[in-house]
Amino acid sequence: MKDHIEPAEKRFFLELRSRLIHTVRSFFHDQGFLEIQTPLLTTAPAPEPHIEAIAAAQGRFLITSPELYMKRLLAAGYERIFQITPVFRAGERGRYHHPEFSLLEWYRANADYRDLQKDCADLLRTLHRRTAHTAPWRRGDTRLEVDGDWLRYTVREAFLKFAGWEPGPDVDLDRFDVDLVEKVEPHLGFPRPCILEDYPANQAALARLKPGNPSVAERFELYWAGIELANGYSELNDPEEQRTRFEDAIEKRRKAGLLPYPLPHTFLESLEHLPPSAGIALGVDRLVMLASGAGHIDQVVAFPPDPVDPPAVEARSPHG
Amino acid sequence: MGTTLTAGDLRKGLKLEIDGEPYLIVDFEFSKPGKGQALYRCRLKNMITGIQFDRTYRSGEKFWSADLEEQDMQFLYKQGDHYHFMNTSTYEQIELPSEQVGDATNYLIENLVVSMLLFQGRPIGINLPNFVELKVVQSDPGLKGDTASGATKPATLETGFVIQVPLFIEEGEVLKIDTRTGSYVERVKA
Repeated sequence: MKDHIEPAEKRFFLELRSRLIHTVRSFFHDQGFLEIQTPLLTTAPAPEPHIEAIAAAQGRFLITSPELYMKRLLAAGYERIFQITPVFRAGERGRYHHPEFSLLEWYRANADYRDLQKDCADLLRTLHRRTAHTAPWRRGDTRLEVDGDWLRYTVREAFLKFAGWEPGPDVDLDRFDVDLVEKVEPHLGFPRPCILEDYPANQAALARLKPGNPSVAERFELYWAGIELANGYSELNDPEEQRTRFEDAIEKRRKAGLLPYPLPHTFLESLEHLPPSAGIALGVDRLVMLASGAGHIDQVVAFPPDPVDPPAVEARSPHG
Repeated sequence: MGTTLTAGDLRKGLKLEIDGEPYLIVDFEFSKPGKGQALYRCRLKNMITGIQFDRTYRSGEKFWSADLEEQDMQFLYKQGDHYHFMNTSTYEQIELPSEQVGDATNYLIENLVVSMLLFQGRPIGINLPNFVELKVVQSDPGLKGDTASGATKPATLETGFVIQVPLFIEEGEVLKIDTRTGSYVERVKA
């Protein structure tokens, strides 16, 4: 981690961040998207097995994602919406992880995940073009490119090619996660972004299964230079199916000794009215890292997180 | 036994006990693919053998910090192939075979205080002071007239260690040696 950043370097990162965010907003406004804000405090975070909410007072949590609120707006008839919002996840810390980070989320009614893939291409090409005069767009030795065709793999194709095996619909998630990180991800997105799509059905808590092939979900991840930049999918809009998946996730959390979040009842009721839709979350901080060449997420935010719960000082003998 | 740790505590520089041996995390990366679980990718170095390997851990796994302690020890004497030290706090004496003392044998003179790394009370490494002073016991006179700057000759120190020294160094003189590089620094005025 870089603790002492030169003021001039910090200013470069923050100015580029500002320019990228400004361009993102123009991009969506120009296409008739409505920019909205949804609550940061919630009583029922989306029940996912591996995302930990930070508890606030009075039975509330800081949001881990604005997804449930965004979809309630879709259900209420808003057809093109986006927002840039801070989200909060406990225990996520590393070169690409900050426990408080910024997500760009956008949703389209009457669309599916392939429409979002096209949005990604349009957005990244616009951002690249508008900042190419000042931003390096590099990752290590790789000069990042946006023009030309982007590679697209199904999860099955990518695992066969890079890990040598084929994950089925009930894949062992331990093996899947480790091989994804160690064998697959390092190959994705050089020098152009790459799409990994059609995830095993057991890895898409809120996505629609593929019509005609229910062993996979219509979910994709956008990778660039080995970095996971965005996660999008065709939305599940069947309230009963969604309730069952949430209950499974809550049960998994209970078994793992994690806090079993309450069912988000209002959201489930709103799904009755959700049109066929698609939505996506893109990591703004990682986008700034790719544009600026920053090696650590702390470089592209104004301040790193305050240290909490510092590691215990190791006991030493009084003479040591 | 050290304290119990969880995967969330893992970070670069942390020392763990695995299968009864101490390991240092020399490289660390936190990963969390998509909606998947957190993965803690470590490059581990065995602190006794120096062997490195990569291992990925998941949340929920438990770890033990390595029970390591640094202790100042004074070198007393060498007997046969063994080096005898005294703990400067407890005055307890220990002996180490020369292979465990390693390259430090080049610099150990009586009464030198070193910092010894102990794992579960057993010595596993010696940190020398950066500089030690050692007497030259044998060195041929420099050739007269050879004044080329940087010219050196071998000199045998009182520990038996042979280093390169400038031509003007004579037998009986005391030299300051950098233990990190094993090189001559300067002549110490008697």
